[in-house]
Amino acid sequence: MLQPYIPVLLLILFVAANAVMMIVVSHYAAPRRPTPLKDAPYESGMPPLGSARERFSVKFYLVAMLFIVFDIETVFLFPWGTIFFGDAGAGPGMGFLLVEMLVFMVILAVGYVYVWKRRALEWD
Amino acid sequence: MPPLTLTVFWALAGMAITGATLCITRRSPLASALWLVVTLFALAGLFVLLDAQFIGVLQVLVYAGAIMVLFLFVIMLLNLGRPGPSDLKGPVGGAVAALLAGTLLLQLGGVGSSGPPDVIRMPEGTVAALQREQGMVGAVARPLFDTYLIPFEITSILLLAAIVGAVVLAKRKL
Repeated sequence: MLQPYIPVLLLILFVAANAVMMIVVSHYAAPRRPTPLKDAPYESGMPPLGSARERFSVKFYLVAMLFIVFDIETVFLFPWGTIFFGDAGAGPGMGFLLVEMLVFMVILAVGYVYVWKRRALEWD
Repeated sequence: MPPLTLTVFWALAGMAITGATLCITRRSPLASALWLVVTLFALAGLFVLLDAQFIGVLQVLVYAGAIMVLFLFVIMLLNLGRPGPSDLKGPVGGAVAALLAGTLLLQLGGVGSSGPPDVIRMPEGTVAALQREQGMVGAVARPLFDTYLIPFEITSILLLAAIVGAVVLAKRKL
């Protein structure tokens, strides 16, 4: 039963070994001549401004939240897509499936219109 | 079960339990969140072992991907980067925690010894046969869009509530 997953397992092992090897080898093989400038954190080539542990604006959270909601909507589309054409005869019919998904999408579209009207997608 | 499957199962189960233990014992919220990712990946592997490949992929996509991003955003919002004081203080907190953990272990022990009820038990190979007949995803999709039509549609209302809630909470000027 696990036979088809052996390549996946090998890939995971290869990637992990590769990542560990890169860090370990560069740690031991690289020359280390630190200067204060080299030790400074890289911030797009300019001197770092303040601490990295700043509070982030809640706007990021709003975008992430909206992304997840519509992401989950997409997750439901995957199984729906697999049975939409494949099911001749057995199971729910094509028209039924279409109406069902349309109802689902329309309810979420209400949310989309709400987000749009509330200007929640704008960065102000 | 063939020995390889059993080995993989124990490896994944150990990974899940270790990750979950580290997740609740780390002082730094960021470390906790990252150990939770490890736990979720191990659970995805266990789903694959249970012939639920589609659920396993969704576990990684939705939980280990999207939901964890949300967790990390919350940590950044609350500025919890540094470990704070423990929220479990004094003998009272310890007693309550021990009581809750004891109850949970007792219940888990009961579940483990009695096994799943007959209503949800399927003969061996049922899932595999369904997947051969309808495909990996079809075995999930058929009941979802047929038998469980109403719960599926109600999910959209739940998601709508999540959208409205997020906007109301995060946009102060309405």
